[in-house]
Amino acid sequence: MTILDAAPPRLGPAGEDRSRSGRRSGRLGQRLLHAYTWLILLWLVLPIIVMIVFGFNDRVGKRNNTWNGFTLRWWGELFAIPDLTTALVNSLTIALLSTAVATVLGTLMGLGLGRHSFRGRGGVELLMFANIAAPEVVLGASLLSLFITMGVPRGYLTILIAHIMFNISYVAVVVRARLAGFDSSVEEAARDLGAGPFTTFRLVTLPLILPGVVSGALLAFAMSIDEYVITTFNAGSTLTFPLWVFGATRVGVPPQVNVMATIIFVAGVLLALGNALLLRRRRV
Amino acid sequence: MRRQAGAAGPYLLVLPGGLWLAVFFVVPMAVMLSVSLQTGNVVDGFTQTFNFRIYADAVTTYETQFIRSLIFGLIATVATILLAYPMAYWIAFHAGRNKSNYLFLVLLPFFVSFVIRTVSWKFLLADDGILLGNLKDAGLLPADFHVLATSFAVVAGLTYNFFPFMLLPIYVALERVDPQLLEAADDLYANRREVFGRVVLPLSMPGVFAGFLLTFVPATADFVNAYVLGGTNTTMIGNIIQTTYLTNADYPLASAVSFILMAVLLIGIFGYARLLGTRDVLEMSAR
Amino acid sequence: MTQLDTPGDAGRSGDDRGHGGDLRAAALADPAMLRGLTQARFGRRGLLRFAGLAGGATLLAACGVSGEKKDSAGDDAASFWRDRTKAGTLDFANWPLYMDVGSTDSDHPSLDVFTKKTGIKVTYREVIQDNESFFAQIRPTLAAGKSIGYDLMVLTNGITLSRVMQLGYLAPLDHARLPTFAANASPNVRNPTYDPGNAYTIPWQSGLTGIAYDPAKTGREITSYNDLFDPKFAGKVGMFGDNQDLPNLALLGIGVEPAKSTPDDWKKAAAKLTAQRRDGIVRKYYDQSYIDALAGGDLWISMAWSGDVYQQIATGTNLKFVVPSEGGLLWTDNMCIPKTAPHPVDAISYMDFVYRPEIAGMLTEYINYITPVPTAAEHVPADLAKSTLLFPSADELSRVSRFRVLTTAEETEWNRIFQPVYQS
Repeated sequence: MTILDAAPPRLGPAGEDRSRSGRRSGRLGQRLLHAYTWLILLWLVLPIIVMIVFGFNDRVGKRNNTWNGFTLRWWGELFAIPDLTTALVNSLTIALLSTAVATVLGTLMGLGLGRHSFRGRGGVELLMFANIAAPEVVLGASLLSLFITMGVPRGYLTILIAHIMFNISYVAVVVRARLAGFDSSVEEAARDLGAGPFTTFRLVTLPLILPGVVSGALLAFAMSIDEYVITTFNAGSTLTFPLWVFGATRVGVPPQVNVMATIIFVAGVLLALGNALLLRRRRV
Repeated sequence: MRRQAGAAGPYLLVLPGGLWLAVFFVVPMAVMLSVSLQTGNVVDGFTQTFNFRIYADAVTTYETQFIRSLIFGLIATVATILLAYPMAYWIAFHAGRNKSNYLFLVLLPFFVSFVIRTVSWKFLLADDGILLGNLKDAGLLPADFHVLATSFAVVAGLTYNFFPFMLLPIYVALERVDPQLLEAADDLYANRREVFGRVVLPLSMPGVFAGFLLTFVPATADFVNAYVLGGTNTTMIGNIIQTTYLTNADYPLASAVSFILMAVLLIGIFGYARLLGTRDVLEMSAR
Repeated sequence: MTQLDTPGDAGRSGDDRGHGGDLRAAALADPAMLRGLTQARFGRRGLLRFAGLAGGATLLAACGVSGEKKDSAGDDAASFWRDRTKAGTLDFANWPLYMDVGSTDSDHPSLDVFTKKTGIKVTYREVIQDNESFFAQIRPTLAAGKSIGYDLMVLTNGITLSRVMQLGYLAPLDHARLPTFAANASPNVRNPTYDPGNAYTIPWQSGLTGIAYDPAKTGREITSYNDLFDPKFAGKVGMFGDNQDLPNLALLGIGVEPAKSTPDDWKKAAAKLTAQRRDGIVRKYYDQSYIDALAGGDLWISMAWSGDVYQQIATGTNLKFVVPSEGGLLWTDNMCIPKTAPHPVDAISYMDFVYRPEIAGMLTEYINYITPVPTAAEHVPADLAKSTLLFPSADELSRVSRFRVLTTAEETEWNRIFQPVYQS
């Protein structure tokens, strides 16, 4: 697949001459690093495993903190907390809408930056860089300043505006990266053959950049559904899933949250794997 | 006709997204600057007084939290470098065909909400919880031992949450190292340590620096970890911004604090980018 | 120059991305992004242009955030309630665990009784986590004169409620529509200092601020406020991180009645609290989350609200609640109607409805706070009816104090003294 993968174990002629002990210590080092890698991976997934497991806990009382036996009850009562359900629906629709808008705007931006050199390009890139590099708390606070000054009441719409704002740059960066190896002579050929700009875009450009667009859209969706900091500044009394969970930490998080998060987790993993498979097949 | 499209084309493509960013990113920054220089209260309203003293007040009032945030952010970032580098190295050079599978595993936490991951750690580390509780029952720890509500817990939370942001750039940098270069070093009878110190490490530094930015900025400005995992003397500047803005509704002070944070971090970032950019170019040309 | 910029290179990293790095990391691990972060691609001109754009916008924005105070039109009850009619729906915003529950968490028997008797359908939401942040959420909507989506909400007496009243956001109550309140309300809750004549509010429940502890962990019974300062409990003591309970209880702790306290007393109390934090005794300054920490063993002893503790005891947790010998605090959560409420008639009929003794009894049995209806005692199990913490006697009520009522000027000084304690 990659050059490194194809390369045989990295031992030049000089390596063959190396003393045996040197090579053995190298292998030991490798093995230690391998174990270390798995240890870190365990650390990374530990909270997730706990989250999934306690979605099956038959809790006693109001607290879901000690294991008390297996139950599927919470999967059955998934929507028993109306506010939580509303928050989840808000999160999903905001993620879908903001992804749709940000993908269109971001893709156009990525195309403009990746294929053309024009006056002010440096400025646009600076803008995107600053947007990605700026701390979330400052993005949220400044947007709130704007809404307060303009007298805009906070709610669903302001959350949506904020999510589109932080997603555009990410989509643009991903799409632009995809264009790095783009051969524009294909497009020229299409146009020489009489295709109009839209036909060219639909039949030639879009299929070529589609993997980048899909990756960008997935990224935007994941960022939106997870976003807490910027949202908390601009939500008014509208709640999203992370906002509801954060509020619930004060009185104890109900197991339904574990179940919903588990479903989102599994769906996200499957989606990403599906996208990867799709890309692999396209390439073959 | 094609030429014409070429002239206006890029602007038309960039305009919609650029406009959105201008209106909802650049303008808000300016508005925040304006709000910070207003005086008043939320009942009677605020008027523009260009009260620049508020910046001095903000710094003196929250000096502790500013410094603490920078320190926490720095420790967490250095911790992620130390933790991520060996792993990125192993994946880049020794994981073979499984490389992308390992990367996928590193990304798994991103499929669960940041808030839930942090709350999950609180649950794991509870004083009588599944980790510490069992150790205490076994008599390995004193009964009043705790990890939560300490600076350590906050920094550990930051380290955990931003780890992948460090690992991926380092990995990308390492993965780009040309194997032929290593062979050449081998041919020149460099030992393992020399190959690493003189070839691999310098070549991976751009990745470390990129990871530094991607980790340090959000870690310094974070408030979720301090809220969920912290105790006394762990309040970070993000917590101050959040309560001053949303709870106390003291918009000028909150805006001033946000602006100082933004300025410190952005000036740092740009200075850093310029500095390293130059070094980066030097390194490359030295090759 | 190098191979970094060849198309083949970009293709290679693109390949890896396809295999899973599809999320945020795709952008981060992107070579173009990396270069952006590590190379000086933004010249001074770009920065200047950026600054220019921002500067222009500042000029546009320099106009000031407008105040929220409403004109007083419609402030008298008669003109507010004229021509208002029952809508048949009610949206109710309340605090968590503040309503009786039936077989599932979303089943509320007393609300069902209300719907059966009046035909009014209730949408009940436990969305209030604390007064300040809830008010911060609804404030802009109220300021814009729009409905916040709730006809009825519950706020604690104190700084936030006073501000809501002062800003003119509440509908004045028509006491002709509150006959049951007039008949059954305890004298203690009528005509309170924070809302003379119950002009805008009537109580939902009252509660005590005192100390909760786990006797198995502390190893002794707790009686005094000073037990919160015992170095033996270092790192296991919870204090409230607010500008009401924490300062007022501390004033009682140094032997000063909050109502009569002076700024000098405030400083003394704050100094005591600061020392407690400096000595590492306080684990954390808590909001509502203290009860979870207490029940889970993170805390051994904590400032607490009485009802939370009784709810925990009811689910089998081994906790105790005590009013310290130095005195405790009595506070009241109040029902009130936002002036912009779409269904105020339904809201006020519910406010009156909960003053029926049998309904108040249903609520008390589950909520375990102090009901404003003394005769509710006849409708709860005998052991609860006997509890002096749910139905305190006049003598016991004399041992507890109310929060210090602060003028706007005093509030600024108060906050300046106490905020540095818990915002550490």
